[in-house]
Amino acid sequence: MYAFELHHAKSVADASAALSRTGGKALAGGQSLVAAMKLRLAQPGHLVDLSGIPELKGIRREGDHLVIGAMTRHADVVSSEAVKGAIPALAALAEGIGDRQVRNMGTIGGSIANNDPAADWPAAVLGLGATVVTSKRKIAADEFFKGMFETALAEGEIITAVSFPVPKKAAYAKFPNPASRFALVGVFVAQTGAGTRVAVTGAASSVFRSKAHEDALAKDWSAAAAKAVRTPDANLNSDLHGTAAYRAHLVSVMASRAVGATH
Amino acid sequence: MAVTLSLSVNGKPVHATVDPRTLLVELLRNHLGLTGTHVGCDTAQCGACTVLVDDRAVKACNVLAAQMEGAKVVTIEGIAAADGTLHPMQAAFKECHGLQCGFCTTGMVMSAIDLVNRHPKASEAKIREELEGNLCRCTGYHNIVKAVQHGAAAMGK
Repeated sequence: MYAFELHHAKSVADASAALSRTGGKALAGGQSLVAAMKLRLAQPGHLVDLSGIPELKGIRREGDHLVIGAMTRHADVVSSEAVKGAIPALAALAEGIGDRQVRNMGTIGGSIANNDPAADWPAAVLGLGATVVTSKRKIAADEFFKGMFETALAEGEIITAVSFPVPKKAAYAKFPNPASRFALVGVFVAQTGAGTRVAVTGAASSVFRSKAHEDALAKDWSAAAAKAVRTPDANLNSDLHGTAAYRAHLVSVMASRAVGATH
Repeated sequence: MAVTLSLSVNGKPVHATVDPRTLLVELLRNHLGLTGTHVGCDTAQCGACTVLVDDRAVKACNVLAAQMEGAKVVTIEGIAAADGTLHPMQAAFKECHGLQCGFCTTGMVMSAIDLVNRHPKASEAKIREELEGNLCRCTGYHNIVKAVQHGAAAMGK
């Protein structure tokens, strides 16, 4: 690991100021960032630890939205009665992330700020049309994920919470890489107040919405309808874990499993 | 610049001044001499370095010591009774021969304690699922799972 300076932030304002002043990186649970720094794939000169900021933690229901604080650990989402009552698909998704030890440290805010192409949370945020609340503004999910490890966040901008509209129905299904548990392909399906949404992670350079699946499921919400859709493989990932054609096939399989799991 | 930390390790207060790069497992092993926590893969996959942080299993090779400000850390050295009586989970691993080479064992025991605290009556399938973050290179899972079941029963008494 390269040397860096560490700052323990006491408030969101304090953290924003430290990030702007130093050009450093925010440290949430560190389950991706610390690993990347050990491999020297990331070399921030300054880290700003967000774990001492109480207002970033916690889960609450606000009318027809479920608001999850950015520093809420995956394990806390899994066991939250508020989550299980409002959007059980989120608890199920969180339970499938990494392993128990990773879920005990990793956070929702860290996951979406990192925007790993195979991460689970981006599929839920995009699939439900959630709003990413930051220290500066509110960003719609459709505007947030910009590309591989790239988001709409500006320098010094910190995610404070994610606000999920409670859907009529939703579910997530993923085909996990057996070693890493990251999604080879993961599909989040939802019937929301704003229509049918389908978000796909793991298959391309960044999470994306599958319009073809959304149209098919808007007409006929069934596993068979989801499975019948052909996904073009032109922009999908091809690597040692699977070809683009294989991933394209998995998108419809996972979409149909997700639809089958909704109730 | 070094960071100064205050935390509790196995019930004792620890004040340390460390390079920010210091991992929790390095603080435990190199600074505090608690070598029961093992470094297996050093890439957060094998779970040999698992310790409890505020009662939750965490991989000590994948967190910075600096993230532990104010935390309550418990390692394998901190679970037996003061008179040396083994923790029920340690005793169960001994009784069921839940170890072969023993390298993964301390991480297995710490994960198992977290598991049983949350799921006192976990089924065999649930135990296997919950232990997916702990690898045994000897593939001794059969007796490890048996040990966790015995340990769970003993912890419930």
